[in-house]
Amino acid sequence: MSPKPTSVEVRLPSRLGFEKVAMSTASAVAKLMGFREDRIEDLKTAVAEACINAIEHGNRLNEKLSVGVVLSAGEDQLEVKVIDDGKGIIAEPHKPDIDRKMHGEEDPRGMGMFLIQALVDEAEWVVGANGKSSYVRLVIRLDKETD
Amino acid sequence: MQSETKSRVDQVTTPAGHPVTVLRFEGDIASTSKDAVLGAYQALPKATAKLILLDFTKVDYINSSGIALVIQLLIEASNSGQKVYAFGLSGHFTKVFTMVGITKYAQLFASEGEALGAL
Repeated sequence: MSPKPTSVEVRLPSRLGFEKVAMSTASAVAKLMGFREDRIEDLKTAVAEACINAIEHGNRLNEKLSVGVVLSAGEDQLEVKVIDDGKGIIAEPHKPDIDRKMHGEEDPRGMGMFLIQALVDEAEWVVGANGKSSYVRLVIRLDKETD
Repeated sequence: MQSETKSRVDQVTTPAGHPVTVLRFEGDIASTSKDAVLGAYQALPKATAKLILLDFTKVDYINSSGIALVIQLLIEASNSGQKVYAFGLSGHFTKVFTMVGITKYAQLFASEGEALGAL
């Protein structure tokens, strides 16, 4: 792929399941950039979880709203922004505590943000101005020594 | 859009002679998979299904909602005195299950044969 920065955009309906369209697109771009298969799998899960959060929590499953996914391929990294019409997430990702979950002290759900942060090189949640267009920004880097 | 999750139950016996109930999943494991995952588990006879093996060989996509269903299954199994094991996860989902701590409550194996040999 050309070293010139390249951008790909996808708009998803706010319906669960359509995160797989973003996963496939991110996977295709990452393959073109030369990412290893295991890093592509990491990216796919992170993108899927970001889209699910945008669909469920950001747009509250309102199918009149769409989720924007912008992939920006640089020379040595891929940035993905997942944009919704919600107010944004202020909470910090926390590592799930399986013992607390098994004992009913923590919700079995709520692992999306943790997975996103754990699987990519950078993750930040940005609250949009005017309480709209909030986004999560993910970055996954090509490792020149091993990729 | 999400592919329907199918599940099937098989009864097998380990080389050591222990009866094992295998729950075989196919398709995506996501928020829509409650009946296929928890429903299929809850239909098992608790008095006789003491060793349960989850087969993920034909599962391509698991998201955090699907992982939460697996954790709910583990909670119910633990409360019923059942042991749960799993096999057939891809390398990526083996990593994800390990990251969220599931492996502390459900040992993972690469294949059904390896699992049955160890039980």
